[in-house]
Amino acid sequence: MTARFAATALNLSNYRAEKRYRLMLFSMTAMLVLPVLIILSILVIRGAPMISFEFLFEFPRAGMTEGGIYPALLGTIFIVLVDLVFAMPIGVAAAIYLSEYAPDNWLTRAINLAIINLAGVPSIVHALFGVGAFVIFFQFGTSILAAALTVAIMTLPLVIVATRESLQAVPHAFREACWSMGATRWQTIFTVILPNAISGILTGLILEVSRTAGETAPIMFTGAAFFLPFLPESVFDQTMALSLHLFVVSTQVPNVPEALPFGVALVLIGIVLIMNALSIVFRSYLRGKKKW
Amino acid sequence: MRTVGKPRFAVRTEKLNFWYGSFQALFDVDFNVRAGLVTSLIGPSGCGKSTLLRCVNRINERIGNVRTEGKVEVLGHDIHAPEVDLTQVRSQVGMVFQRPNPLPVSIRKNILFAHGLHTPHKTTKAEQDGIVESALRDVLLWEDVKDRLDRVATELSLEQQQKLCIARLLPVKPAVLLMDEPCSALDPKATAAVEELIWKLRGEYTILIVTHNMAQARRASDECAFMLMGKMVEHRRTEDLFLTPNSQKTADYIEGRYG
Repeated sequence: MTARFAATALNLSNYRAEKRYRLMLFSMTAMLVLPVLIILSILVIRGAPMISFEFLFEFPRAGMTEGGIYPALLGTIFIVLVDLVFAMPIGVAAAIYLSEYAPDNWLTRAINLAIINLAGVPSIVHALFGVGAFVIFFQFGTSILAAALTVAIMTLPLVIVATRESLQAVPHAFREACWSMGATRWQTIFTVILPNAISGILTGLILEVSRTAGETAPIMFTGAAFFLPFLPESVFDQTMALSLHLFVVSTQVPNVPEALPFGVALVLIGIVLIMNALSIVFRSYLRGKKKW
Repeated sequence: MRTVGKPRFAVRTEKLNFWYGSFQALFDVDFNVRAGLVTSLIGPSGCGKSTLLRCVNRINERIGNVRTEGKVEVLGHDIHAPEVDLTQVRSQVGMVFQRPNPLPVSIRKNILFAHGLHTPHKTTKAEQDGIVESALRDVLLWEDVKDRLDRVATELSLEQQQKLCIARLLPVKPAVLLMDEPCSALDPKATAAVEELIWKLRGEYTILIVTHNMAQARRASDECAFMLMGKMVEHRRTEDLFLTPNSQKTADYIEGRYG
C-alpha cells in the first residue's frame, strides 16, 4: 500500500492535463501581445528618425514628399475637439438616462439594441451617412463640422457604454440612501452618483477621443482633405487629418521617402497611446480619491 | 396633521397587499405601530417583513413593476393619497439599511445631506455646526468623530457608520425611523451599541425594526409582530409574544423549529 495522501495515477494525469491547458491558454494570450510589440517596434525603428520639431510644425512641401505634417496634426486635433462638443454631452446624457431613469420596457430595450447596432455599423457606411446627412442635407459642405459630427455619431456608443458602466458601478446602496431621505433622482445623480462615476466617464471619453483620432473612412468624404496649403479658419472649412494623410502618403503620392509614412503613423499612434496613458493615470488618480 | 393630540399609532396599514410583478409578497396586512415605541418585525426569510417596512416610505416603488393595494397611514394620513408628496413622506419616515450606507462624502456632509434637501433656505456655517453636533450627540458619536468631521464617512467602523446613518436622519426631525436589520452587518459589541442607541431614541421617535435575530427583538422592542408567508400572524407586546404566543406558528418559529 502506498503512503497516505499520495497522488494516484488519476491525480497525476489530471495535473498533466492542467499543465497543458494552462500552457495553451497562456500562449494564446501571449500571441495577442506579439502584434502590438511588432507594430510598435517597427514604427519606432523606422519612424523615429523622421520625428523632429520641423516634422511636427511645418507644412508638407514638394508634393508632400518633404516638410512636415503640421496641418494634418492640427486638423486631427480640431476634428477631435469638435467631435467632443457633440459626443460628450449627448453620450453622457443618454447614458445617465438609460442607467438612472429608463424603465425596463420595450422602448429601452429598443434603444439599447440601437446603440449596439450603431457600434456595429461599418465605418464606411457611417461615412456615406455623414455625406448624405451633414454634407448635403444640412449643407455643412465637406467641413470639419460634418466630419466631426460623422465621427461623433460613430463613436457615441463607446461613450454611452463606458458612461453607463461607470454609473452602474456606483453601489445601489448610495441611491437607496438618497432616495430614502427624499432626494429626487436628479439630486441623487448630481450629488452622489456622478462624482463617483466621473473617473469611468472620463476614461470612456478619452478612449473615444483616441478612436476618433484614428478614424479615416468617416472623415475622408465628409471633411478631410488630400492636401491643403493653409489651415482651416472655421468649422465650415476642410482640413487635413493625420489618418487620411497617412493613407495619402502611403498609397497616393509618388516618390515619398520610405520613412515618411512611418513617421506619420508613429505620431498618430503616439497621440492614441498618450491619450490612453492619460486615461489610465487619471483613472488611478481618481480611484485613489474614491472610497467605499 | 391632526389637530387633537398625537395619533396613537404612528403607522397603520389596512388590508395591505403588495406584489412584485406577479408575485404577491403581502396579503391583507393590518398592522398598527404605536407611536413612540420600538416595534420589531420578525419572521423567516421571505416572509414579507422587509417588504412591509419598505411600504411605509414607499421606497419599494423605485424597483418598478410593483403594485400596492390597501392603505398605509403615517401619522394618520394616507400616504397613497394623490396630494401626498413622496419627499415629504420620506422626511417624516427615515430609513436605516441592513448594510451601513453612508454617502462617500465627509461625515459633516452626510449629516447635512437630508437637511439640505428639505430646507429651502441657505443655512449659515454656525447653524450647520449646531445641526451636525446635535445629530452626532444624539447617536452618541460626537466624542468619537468631533475631530474628523471632514473625513470621508466610509472610513469609519461599521458601528460608527450605522450610527451615522441614523444620525443623518435626525436633523429633518422624522416621526418614524424604519430599520431594516440594522445590526446584521455588525459584530456583537457593535450590535449592543446600536441597540442601546435605538433604546435611547425610543419615545422621541417611533421605531420599526426588522430583525432576523429573535434575541434582539426580545430585548430591544416594546412590541413584536410575527409574519409568515406575507401574512401578519401575531402582533403583541414583545414579552407576551415570546412567553405565551397565541399562534402555534409563532411558537414554532420562536422556538427555532423553522426559519
